[in-house]
Amino acid sequence: MCLAIPGKVVSIDNEREIRIGRVQFGGVMQPVSLDFVPEVVVGDYVLVHVGFAIAQVNEEEAELTYRALEQMGMLEGELPPCEESDARSGYEVPR
Amino acid sequence: MKYLDEYRDGDLAQRVLREIERKVTQPWVLMEICGGQTHTIMRYGLDQLLPQSIELVHGPGCPVCVTPASLLDRAIGLAQREDVTLVSYGDMLRVPGTSQDLFSAKARGADVRMVYSPLDALRIARQNPHRKVVFLAVGFETTAPANAMAVYQAHREGLDNFYLLASHVLVPPAIRALIGSDDNRVQGFIAPGHVCTVVGCSDYEDLVRDYKMPIVVGGFEPVDLLQAILTLVTMLEEGRAEFANDYTRSVSYHGNLEAQRILGEVFEVADQPWRGLGEIPMSGLRLREKFAAWDADRVFDLHVAREEAPTECISAQILKGLRKPTDCAAFGSKCSPESPMGAPMVSSEGACSAYYQYRRHELVTLR
Repeated sequence: MCLAIPGKVVSIDNEREIRIGRVQFGGVMQPVSLDFVPEVVVGDYVLVHVGFAIAQVNEEEAELTYRALEQMGMLEGELPPCEESDARSGYEVPR
Repeated sequence: MKYLDEYRDGDLAQRVLREIERKVTQPWVLMEICGGQTHTIMRYGLDQLLPQSIELVHGPGCPVCVTPASLLDRAIGLAQREDVTLVSYGDMLRVPGTSQDLFSAKARGADVRMVYSPLDALRIARQNPHRKVVFLAVGFETTAPANAMAVYQAHREGLDNFYLLASHVLVPPAIRALIGSDDNRVQGFIAPGHVCTVVGCSDYEDLVRDYKMPIVVGGFEPVDLLQAILTLVTMLEEGRAEFANDYTRSVSYHGNLEAQRILGEVFEVADQPWRGLGEIPMSGLRLREKFAAWDADRVFDLHVAREEAPTECISAQILKGLRKPTDCAAFGSKCSPESPMGAPMVSSEGACSAYYQYRRHELVTLR
């Protein structure tokens, strides 16, 4: 529940006053709030928890941590299956 | 040692293990309070790699696990209303309330949806202006700022069909309660890395000062945990009660100030019941008066008993580090991740679930 996953900020926009970054995790792109890391710019790496960046990390550390989490089987359940579109409204609940 | 071979820095892990073996001369009981750390310990069998005199016990580090059953009952009660859409993190949907879980409510027709982020919950509320969208939110200090931001944003947008039903728990008051109880066995704590990423280190320094007990911030990978254990054992063997941050690549002394600002603006500290442990003073968060219109507890008339039902589950003793999941008669038989009796079996980060996932085959042999 308290896991945070490192990803790369690919772009930044303002949506309804929230600073939203498109963040790349492995092959998956997700919208992430950058409100808690105002210093972050495009190209930076961030630690993301439930869709919010909580800290900046360096590139090498981000890569190593991501691979370690993947290997440890800890990414499952932390990221949605693919990027959400606006048409989407909640996720299918796996049983 | 097969477990460590697959880790990114197996050689370093071996060296830290040797160093721990060299330092330790007497028994020590150490506790981590983080489900992610519990998961790593069990997955890599760290407890079995360590010298036998070091005992790792697993504290109340899974927010899903310590959420009171009565809160689930209130969530289920709300989900069953015609005009309500109940959204929550995936882990919460299988947590048993006193009689059923949110999955069962969904199967009976309730509108229950899973989200990965509070941003998803807000979007569902915007897309469904005629539904009352209730976000069942739980979490430690890591998650609470994100949940706070959802309410802050709903306030800013004037989104009047979004409500928070929350159970937030704070780690330092739980540590105070554990140390202060008469039956405490713990001699040193591994503090949760991502909680400290958000709130920083000063509360933990206070704990060390007040209780003369060493606390070391640790990360989530095997070598992070072994390093934190080495630091703790070194302090204990040398008779030092100090604070140390062994997860500096994520944790700064002051933490994330912006996250703390939103947290303080939206929530205030309040007494909080913990499943298995009972009420701990000033160990939770409630919405400030300014955000009362988004507080499901104040907006909806919820007639659900707040008392916890008695159960033969020994999770209370497990969460205090007094017993291990495998000491429970129901473990792996009456209680499993498929049909959990107690919350530590529900979430993959719960201690019982971690033992079930990685240790049950050994137990079958033993029995």
